[in-house]
This record gives sequence, C-alpha cells and structure tokens, in this order.
Amino acid sequence: MDKFNKKDYKKYSDKKVPNPPYLKNMLIAFLVGGIFCTLGQIITNILKSNGLDNEMAAAGTSISMVLIGALLTGLGLYDKIGKVGGAGAAVPITGFANSIVAPAMEYKREGFIFGVAAKMFTVAGPVLVYGIGGSVIVGLITLLLR
Amino acid sequence: MALKKIGAQTRKMENPPSILSYYSIVGPKEGEGPLKDYFDLILEDDLWGQESWEKAESKIQEECVRYAIDKGGLSSENIDYLIAGDLINQITPSSYSARQLSIPYYGIFGACSTMTQSLSLGAMLIDGGFADYIACAVSSHFSTAERQFRFPLEYGNQRKMSAQWTVTGAGTTILSSTGNGPYVKYITTGKIIDPGITDSANMGSAMAPSAIDTLVNHFQDTGLDPSYYDLILSGDLGYVGKDILMDLMKKKGYDLSKNYTDCGVEIFDKFEQDTHAGGSGCACSAVVYNGYVFKEMAKGKYNRVLLMSTGALHSTMSTQQGESIPGIAHAVSIENTKE
Amino acid sequence: MEYIKAFVVGGIICLIGQVILDNTKFTPAHLLLTFLLSGVILGALGLYQPIVDFAGAGASIPISGFGNSLAKGAIKGANEKGIIGAFTGGIEATGAGVAAIILFGYIMAVIFNPKTKD
Repeated sequence: MDKFNKKDYKKYSDKKVPNPPYLKNMLIAFLVGGIFCTLGQIITNILKSNGLDNEMAAAGTSISMVLIGALLTGLGLYDKIGKVGGAGAAVPITGFANSIVAPAMEYKREGFIFGVAAKMFTVAGPVLVYGIGGSVIVGLITLLLR
Repeated sequence: MALKKIGAQTRKMENPPSILSYYSIVGPKEGEGPLKDYFDLILEDDLWGQESWEKAESKIQEECVRYAIDKGGLSSENIDYLIAGDLINQITPSSYSARQLSIPYYGIFGACSTMTQSLSLGAMLIDGGFADYIACAVSSHFSTAERQFRFPLEYGNQRKMSAQWTVTGAGTTILSSTGNGPYVKYITTGKIIDPGITDSANMGSAMAPSAIDTLVNHFQDTGLDPSYYDLILSGDLGYVGKDILMDLMKKKGYDLSKNYTDCGVEIFDKFEQDTHAGGSGCACSAVVYNGYVFKEMAKGKYNRVLLMSTGALHSTMSTQQGESIPGIAHAVSIENTKE
Repeated sequence: MEYIKAFVVGGIICLIGQVILDNTKFTPAHLLLTFLLSGVILGALGLYQPIVDFAGAGASIPISGFGNSLAKGAIKGANEKGIIGAFTGGIEATGAGVAAIILFGYIMAVIFNPKTKD
C-alpha cells in the first residue's frame, strides 16, 4: 500500500472491530464470580461447623474448589462457563484449576510424560513461577525490614 | 521472454486449464451454517473415528482428494501432481494424506491462502505442459488449529470480538489440461504486506492490506474493472477485514459494493453460531469455492469469478516474540468460457 | 449475611477482571497472573487481609486470595523461622491447593478426553 503508516492503520483497524457487549459481560462476570465465591463460603462454613479451625477450613476449601473446577473441566462444562462468564470463571480458583486441567487433558494424545505432565502448566505455570517467586521475595523483604 | 506474463504480478493462461471436478467436506458446525446444502459431505463428529484431531484432519483431506478424483472419473494413477497444504506444524496432515494417496506430491504452506496458492501453481504447471491432471487440496480443522495457535479446547476463555473461527473441512479441485470448463484464466500472485498488526486474534486487519494490494495489481495488470466479475470472493478476511477492504478499495476508486463478499463472512451465521468475526482457515475458502462457487458456476449463476484466498503468515513463536503478522493473498480468476 | 458479602465482593473482583478483559488484549491467562500478583503485593502490604476478613470466600476464592495467602505465608514464615521460613512460608500456606490441582489434573486427564467447542 502506498505511503503506508502502521500506526494510523492500527488505529483505523481497531475502529472496525465491534465493541464487546460491555454491560452484559460485566453483569455475567459479576454473577458467575459471585456464585463461585458463595459456593466457597458454603464449603468453608460446612468445614468449620465440622470442627476445622480457620486455617484448615481455608485449605479444605481450596482443595474442594479446585476439585470442582477440575471436575467441571473434565466433564467439558468449564469451557462453556468460561465462554459466558468470562472473568467470572477465570478469576476464581476454579479457573486456575481449569487452566491446569485443560492442557493436561488436551495433551494426553502426546503421552503421559511429555504430554499430560509436561504440558499441565503451559497456561498456569507463570502463576506458580511469579506467585511462589514473589512470595519468597516478600519473605526476604520482611527479614530485611525487621 | 515470459510470454504469459502480463504486468508485474499477473500471468495469463495460454491454454486455460479446466476444472474437471471438485469436492468439499466440512465438520458439523459448518454443516449447520448458511451454505450447508452445498457441501458434498458433512461429518457428524470432527474426530471421524480417528484417535486425534490431527489424524482426523489428515483423513478428511485424503478422503476429499479421493472423492474428487472419483467424481472426475479418474483414478489416482492419472493424477500427475498433488499440491496440498494445511495449517499445522510442518503440514503433517497433508503429508500423511499424501502418504496414503501415492501421487507425486508438493506440500505447500500459505496459511489460509493455500487454496489459491495451490490452484495458481497447478494452473501454471498444466499450462506449462508439465501435467495433464493436478489435484489441488487443502484442509483445516478447528480443533487442531485451536490447540496449536490458541488454547486447549477445554480452557474457558472468552473469544475476542475480532477473533475468527477456524473452519473444519477440506476442499479439492482437480485441474485438467482438457475439458469443458470452468477455466482458470488469470492468476495474480500476491506480495507479503505487513501492516504491523501484532494481535493474532485480529487477523482480518492483518490480511486486508495484502488482499487490497493483490486486487489492485490484478485490475491494473489485466486492465479489467471490478464490474467485469460476477463475484469477487476473498478467503477469510471476516467481517472486520471485509469492511476494511471495501472501505480502502473505495478510496482507491474501486467500487466493490455490488459483487464482493468474503468466504469467512458467508460460511457461518454470526448471530446463530456465535463465530464473532467469521470463519478462517485453509478450508474456509476451499469449501466455499469447491462447495458453493463451482456448483453455482455450473448452473450458470456466475460466469466470471475472482477467487482470492488470504493468509496470515505468523506462528505462535513469532507472535510471542512480538513480530507483527505478515499478510498474503493470491488471486485466481475462473471463467465459464475459454475466451 | 456472610453469603451476600461473599457474593458481592467476589462478584466485584470478577467484574473488575471483565473490564480488563474487554478493554485490553489480555487473555484469561494474563488476567490470572495480574490478579495473582495484585494479591501478592496487596497481601504483602497488609491491604488484602482486611478484605478477606470482611468478605470471607468472596476475597479468598479469587486468585488474588491465593496471592494474598502466598504473601502472608512468606511473612509469617520469615518472622517465625527466619531465612528458611521466607522460602517455605508461601508454599506451606498454599500447598494444599497446589498439591490438589496436580493430582486432580492428572486424574482428569486419565479419565476424560477433551471435546471440541461448538
């Protein structure tokens, strides 16, 4: 194209892309995210009423929510929830589970070592790297400031 | 002296190769779309009895070539060359399909532009006197492309508004040195144009400038006007790219409002099928040409068409390295009469 | 009441995520990382725990809550066990969820096959 200006073209082409349904997406994300969190609260309360202390109840809730996310992914439902719910499905810990189970299932055909096990963290790996790495830095800073 | 060279990018066939037969296979979703009545075979499930989607894609392409050869009343020994391609790493679906077919094989990669790339090369080989029958074939598969270029299938992501849906299917055209048409008349080979788009979920914008460049060169080289054609069809620009192409072509003085559309726009119903910016993939244009266009040409609805598949020549690696997406488009004109 | 708090606060956190998704080129993977890091930073500054105390699961179930637990665990570990604790604290606090997801992920991969989207 003659006298092609890449910056102008990007601006021009961005305008050609229709806007997502902002309000509808926000509302559904709110509802779906809210439902997952309420479910987490219900599980926490059940665990606590069975005599678990706060810390154990929190750990138990994580395990249960992760199991729910994993199961919904296995049954082929989480991608549908994610399509509708957007961030409402991605941000809760069930979404984290989905991001690990989905590639694990997907790469089964490439074998259980270099497929399932190696690819399990293709999406969620960064979360662990920066999360755990960050926590160590936070710990070290705590020591320095003491 | 290249006698068939007219203009910078266009070649005119001296003895226009004839389209002997054609076949199209699509997946279940395409089989529910607006063009469902045109496809030769609609699969009920996209694994088609295979263990993996890659194997399924290979089978789809292989069967498509076999059906097209059958339909032309030939057998695979009659075919001089198979020119085929797809989207997957090292084009294995095409090569594994060719492994079964045992036809001399050129594997080509032009991303989603592969169908007209294959037709162009096939037409030149025949017009050059190197072959009598050539099978031009491509395939793409939503599930193989999705896991290679985007995310695992069970991953719950929301698709962007500019994102396109890879068509599952395959298309094959058998070109012949003799026959009653329709005929390949001109081919215009595209240059790579890179407008600097880095978002791989916005391929319509990335490919539109190359499509515009190829169209303009085609009209300049041949001296034809867009109104010469009954139908001008781009491959998979989708809604976003189609809009850009019509807009910018108008600014260059070419009016495409009457006879132009895009295969990616036509193949799905964006309201019913939630495909956002439309279809994409090698098969997107291939199944529309081999399913819809050639059938309607046989009925006489169209006599002169310009087919232009469009490709985005990036990889996941190049995108991650921040490279922009190079676009390409090859045009092939098909007419019912030889002269 | 605590269910309403969990619903509303959890919903708002996800709504913020949706605004980011719709206005940037972010994928859900970017979003996970952003929220996680926000959780780590807010947790380290002691700003996230009050939200958890108020909203319970509404703040702990979003991935930012995971980040908060990591930061909190690391601080606790550092204070109680010094330099070794700084390394182990974060993983100790979140180990249950991580171990669970590795096991469940593997089991799901064994049992189920992925299906295409429609």
